[in-house]
Amino acid sequence: MKIIVLLKRVPDTEAKILINQDGNGIREDGVKFIINTYDEYGIEEGLRLKEKVGGDSKVTAVCAGPEESTEVIRTALAMGVDDAVHICDPALAKPSPFTIAEVLAKAISEEGFDIIFCGKQGIDDDMAQTQSILAEKLDIPQVNNATVFELADDLSKAVLNRRIEGGDEKVEASLPVIISCEKGLNDPRYASLPGIMKAKKKEIRVKNLADLGFNEAPSSGRSRVLKWLPMPKGGECKMVEAEETVDAVKELARLLREEAKVV
Amino acid sequence: MNIQLTDEERMIQKTIRDFARKDLAAVADEANREGTFQDEIYASLAELGFMGITVPEKYGGVDFGTFSLVLTLEEISRVCASTAVAVSVHNSLANHIVLKYGSEEMKEKYLPRMASGEAIGVYALTEPDAGSDVSAIRMSAVKRGDEYILNGSKIFISTGDKAGVIIVIARTDPESKTKGMSAFLVEPDHPGFSVGKVEHKMGLKASSTVELVFEDCRVPAANLIGEEGMGMQIALGSLDGGRIGIASQALGIAQTALDEAVLFGRERKQFGKRLVDFQATRWKIADMATNIDAARLLTYRAARMRDEGLPCTKEASMAKLFTTRIANTAVYDSLQIHGGVGYTEEFKIERFFRDARVTEIYEGTSEIQRLVISKQVLKEYEQMYPA
Ligand SMILES: Cc1cc2nc3c(=O)[nH]c(=O)nc-3n(C[C@H](O)[C@H](O)[C@H](O)COP(=O)(O)OP(=O)(O)OC[C@H]3O[C@@H](n4cnc5c(N)ncnc54)[C@H](O)[C@@H]3O)c2cc1C
Ligand SMILES: Cc1cc2nc3c(=O)[nH]c(=O)nc-3n(C[C@H](O)[C@H](O)[C@H](O)COP(=O)(O)OP(=O)(O)OC[C@H]3O[C@@H](n4cnc5c(N)ncnc54)[C@H](O)[C@@H]3O)c2cc1C
Repeated sequence: MKIIVLLKRVPDTEAKILINQDGNGIREDGVKFIINTYDEYGIEEGLRLKEKVGGDSKVTAVCAGPEESTEVIRTALAMGVDDAVHICDPALAKPSPFTIAEVLAKAISEEGFDIIFCGKQGIDDDMAQTQSILAEKLDIPQVNNATVFELADDLSKAVLNRRIEGGDEKVEASLPVIISCEKGLNDPRYASLPGIMKAKKKEIRVKNLADLGFNEAPSSGRSRVLKWLPMPKGGECKMVEAEETVDAVKELARLLREEAKVV
Repeated sequence: MNIQLTDEERMIQKTIRDFARKDLAAVADEANREGTFQDEIYASLAELGFMGITVPEKYGGVDFGTFSLVLTLEEISRVCASTAVAVSVHNSLANHIVLKYGSEEMKEKYLPRMASGEAIGVYALTEPDAGSDVSAIRMSAVKRGDEYILNGSKIFISTGDKAGVIIVIARTDPESKTKGMSAFLVEPDHPGFSVGKVEHKMGLKASSTVELVFEDCRVPAANLIGEEGMGMQIALGSLDGGRIGIASQALGIAQTALDEAVLFGRERKQFGKRLVDFQATRWKIADMATNIDAARLLTYRAARMRDEGLPCTKEASMAKLFTTRIANTAVYDSLQIHGGVGYTEEFKIERFFRDARVTEIYEGTSEIQRLVISKQVLKEYEQMYPA
């Protein structure tokens, strides 16, 4: 079985995000980058599936990103992924989900696939679009926000739970399928030291746009990012204090009426 | 000297950092309160490869070197200094001694079990009358047939009650003080071995410290490490790595002291201001941060030198002396910034304050480090400006 896991290099969840001077990205100096957390669930599920199916099953990671993505790709290899494709081209700086889905679709088709796992969204720009556009491009079913994944014994279909508001929805999908993973699907393994050691010898196939048969970066679709703005500052918090609670409530009501003018 | 981390080292650091913050942090408070050794934590660390960091692949290790061990101990100690004790002794002393001085047969027999974490390695040198003065050890080892008979006791042995492999320094020749010592590899089921008194310590509560008793303890002659008379050389030769290990432990403690001080000081208000807005607090933060950076540079330098095979006795001692000192000032200042709550078990700093203290005592007291450093410095001057 040929299993593809997608991974994206994103700023660490703990990183302090500052907008760059041009307002078209973030300041990367001093920021640590990691594998998109949701992609880690995908990697783990891919590895578990390989362990379960056995035989000549193989997990291949596909990552589109700058040169520096090598470190997160190696981390995936250290977790147990067999090999990787790194799509890297200067023309892909700050790509839209359309552009990325187009190049991913090409690379993944070249690799061949039975099942694709990815995160439910990038924790950086939170667009959650790539997987759906990719499903369209590849013309395969997609199941988003998976919290449970099982493969039928005859490997013909996947049975999944997907997280929806207030509960889970149980669905079935035929293969090949793309599955975007939600927190709770599994507990991703750490990259062990023996894994890190073995990752050194695993293959990363680096491909640029020309290698994938593109003359230029594919169209970015119908939306365009105009500008990045910093988080708006929250207003000052005012504590209402009084000896008796009822006086505090009266004062609060007065403030809401007279100052905030919301009641 | 390049102290930048390689991609690989960053990956190792991330794995151990994530593990420490998630798995270890989940049990650390209770383990230290109850004084329990975390078997599952060591099992997980072993599974991830951390019990054979410097052991070559052919003996079941991952062959990553001292620098990776430093990063590992630093991250573990940021969460639980007790856990770092066994990881440090096991890797930098026990594994190292078997690897460097053991016969091929001994390496093949023991290293795979040690690197896989099946056998935790401990190091037994200290005796009631031999602490700083290693040459005063009295424990005897007498050869009889194809066995050595060991008699005596070792005290203050970290993790001695959980050991699978015990490196013991004993006296094979009562006539010669320093040349009469030899090193042995003892297994806990060798007849005549038992665990004695358990110490009740000020800190490092989740790391056991015990007496080991040897009563006509019979050890196969093949378990002599190196040759008879090499005991002192082995005991002292392994100390560089051990000291870099304790420097890393102290570094992790110091880092947490600073982290906790700043996070607490940003929240706590007195006199209408946050504590971090008082100059008195700021100066403490500046001193802590500067000291920690300097300590990290010293420790990383010593580790890089050791990995490059350069002599680093002075540098290892400097790293240990300085880092363990600044760790103690850092926990002191951090607790001070916490005020009254810092003196209670509710806040992490109380545990780190207690744990920091011993780093200036074991693996050679600070006085002994000064002895080592000054001896090396004087030797350098002797060479540059012969008297
Ligand atoms: C928690 C803990 C864990 C330990 N784990 C281990 C272990 O796993 N294995 C092991 O073998 N040992 C272990 N030890 C023992 C430790 O290594 C010794 O405590 C240490 O070497 C100091 O020896 P001592 O306690 O006998 O002090 P002493 O040597 O009696 O020293 C007492 C004081 O005198 C000073 N002093 C001694 N000689 C001189 C000198 N020449 N010049 C100036 N000052 C001097 C010392 O610096 C110290 O301040 C452990 C100790 C502790 C507390
Ligand atoms: C064991 C124990 C017993 C106690 N018993 C009693 C008791 O019987 N009765 C009682 O009333 N209280 C008692 N206390 C409380 C004790 O008096 C307070 O802890 C102490 O006054 C410090 O206050 P705090 O803990 O709120 O620290 P904080 O006032 O929050 O101070 C935290 C840190 O900020 C520093 N800081 C604060 N303001 C400034 C400033 N303006 N400039 C520079 N630095 C500043 C402090 O010096 C300290 O380092 C006890 C505390 C303990 C730990």
